[in-house]
Amino acid sequence: MKLHTISINNLKRRKAKMAFLTIGLMVGIATIVTLVTLTRSMSNDIERKMDEFGANILITPQSNGLSMNYGGISLGGVTFDQREIKEADLDKVRKIKNNKNISSISPKVLGGVKVGTHDVLLVGVDFAAELKMKQWWQIFGSEPKGDNEVLLGSDASNTLNATSGDNIEIKGEKFKVAGVLNQTGSQDDSLVFMALPKAQKVLGKEGKITMAEVAALCSGCPISDMVNQIAELLPDSKVSAIQQVVAGRLKALDQFKRFSYAMGSVVVFIGSLIVFVTMMGSVNERTTEIGVFRAIGFRKSHIMRIILLEAALVSLLAGILGYAAGMGGAKLALPFMAETKNAHLVWDATVAFGSIGLALLLGILASLYPALHASKMDPTEALRAL
Amino acid sequence: MAIIEMKNVKKQYQTGSDLVEALRGVDISIEAGEFITIMGQSGSGKSTLLSVLGGMNHPTSGEVEMAGVKLYQLKSEELADFRAQNLGFVFQSFHLIQYLTALENVMLPLAIVKMSTAAKREAARQALERVGLGAKTDRLPNQLSGGEQERVAIARAIVNNPHILLADEPTGNLDSKTSEEVMALFRQLNEAGQTVVMVTHNPENGAYSDRTIHLKDGLISA
Repeated sequence: MKLHTISINNLKRRKAKMAFLTIGLMVGIATIVTLVTLTRSMSNDIERKMDEFGANILITPQSNGLSMNYGGISLGGVTFDQREIKEADLDKVRKIKNNKNISSISPKVLGGVKVGTHDVLLVGVDFAAELKMKQWWQIFGSEPKGDNEVLLGSDASNTLNATSGDNIEIKGEKFKVAGVLNQTGSQDDSLVFMALPKAQKVLGKEGKITMAEVAALCSGCPISDMVNQIAELLPDSKVSAIQQVVAGRLKALDQFKRFSYAMGSVVVFIGSLIVFVTMMGSVNERTTEIGVFRAIGFRKSHIMRIILLEAALVSLLAGILGYAAGMGGAKLALPFMAETKNAHLVWDATVAFGSIGLALLLGILASLYPALHASKMDPTEALRAL
Repeated sequence: MAIIEMKNVKKQYQTGSDLVEALRGVDISIEAGEFITIMGQSGSGKSTLLSVLGGMNHPTSGEVEMAGVKLYQLKSEELADFRAQNLGFVFQSFHLIQYLTALENVMLPLAIVKMSTAAKREAARQALERVGLGAKTDRLPNQLSGGEQERVAIARAIVNNPHILLADEPTGNLDSKTSEEVMALFRQLNEAGQTVVMVTHNPENGAYSDRTIHLKDGLISA
């Protein structure tokens, strides 16, 4: 027989009341877990989507020349009065404070060339980085391997009348068309893609690039900060963010998050009130019992320990069940809330331990006054028979 | 040598605008090993006297000395410790904890004592055997008769070998045959050296004690 024997046996006896108490607190915890997990999973979903969108930071040369449109994005002048960025400068970008958020950097060199009788825009790219960034690209044929293979946009393929396996001639050199892009509806359709080092040589721009696209993955990270960090390192370049769409979504998510926390707080507050009222009722019901404990020599601290231990056990159970129910709720709700079908539920130990810890904290806090009230009961008042 | 010494103990209660004088200057001296019954009519102050003796009710004035300790000079928690180490209580309505078995009820005073669980179980089993309930240790209170519940309550009161056993109307809820058995048990415990102070309104119970103190209107009348 120890003090916890009394607590445990009392809980076993008052099953209905304790179940009510557990459910009250559990609902609060489950709501918090569901909302937190949903917002985290949705953030993750959007973060992944940002990756799929491709670049969200553009590095272009400062230019007063003619502007040219690339994928709906304004670039520096690329036709005549064209300036370049030193390729070596790109290494600096990898050293910015938020460098962990950089998914990939895709440098490009642009220049007009003649293929047969047609003027086309030649783009030198790092194929590995480009393909990682533009996952929506579909290639008929294969990816270019080596310096003497090129990739054609669908319009370029039609205009030049060349398809995968054919050869085209640029500045007297023969290049094999490794593949042709499926229609993208973007500027890419009319371009000729070549490996970056070769394109630099063909265009006479060794060690130089015209622009670079940076894919930054983050929902929480400040893209504007990253833009500033890059701009500081590359003072001669223009660094801009393409974040409006994502920022809009994140803002909506942030509002949802705030609403979730507010709603969760209200539910948890109600849960705590249920614990308080139930524990207070339980203490008042046990007046005689507490009187007996005091009469046979239990200290006030012993009484408090019995009551608080009961609260802790119930809260622990409510925390575990609340976490499980909350994750279940999040799993059911996620397909309706997320933007992509394959959004994953985020399993996070912080949420698991946090929710159980929160349940314990709330249960004990809400039981503190009832426990104090019980410990202060006058044994003679409690035992009216005496 | 007196184990209990009460000197000019007075207890007043304020109920609304009325001042009730439950004890109006009581002097009692009880020797170690004595069996005392305190008798009186309802409202005579006998229950108040017992609660003052039990260290649970501060007298308005006067002194209570028990086993050499001035009881009401102790702080609240020291008084609790004193009760745990020196006093055993038997209540009128038994006041057993309904969700604990007979054995667990008897072990209750030992829950706050540093002892191995096995030693606690053994002490409780022995106490139950002393009151003749060794075979029903695992029963819950509602599975026991009134007399058996009373015995469990007595076993709980003696499990920590208290100096003084305080009983409040222990036969109040029992039939006459069971009452006689319970009183015989108290006598038996007393003969084994236990000091017993019992409040009762049943004159027949007085026959089992060494001495009877009569209370009337908060004063000792005989």
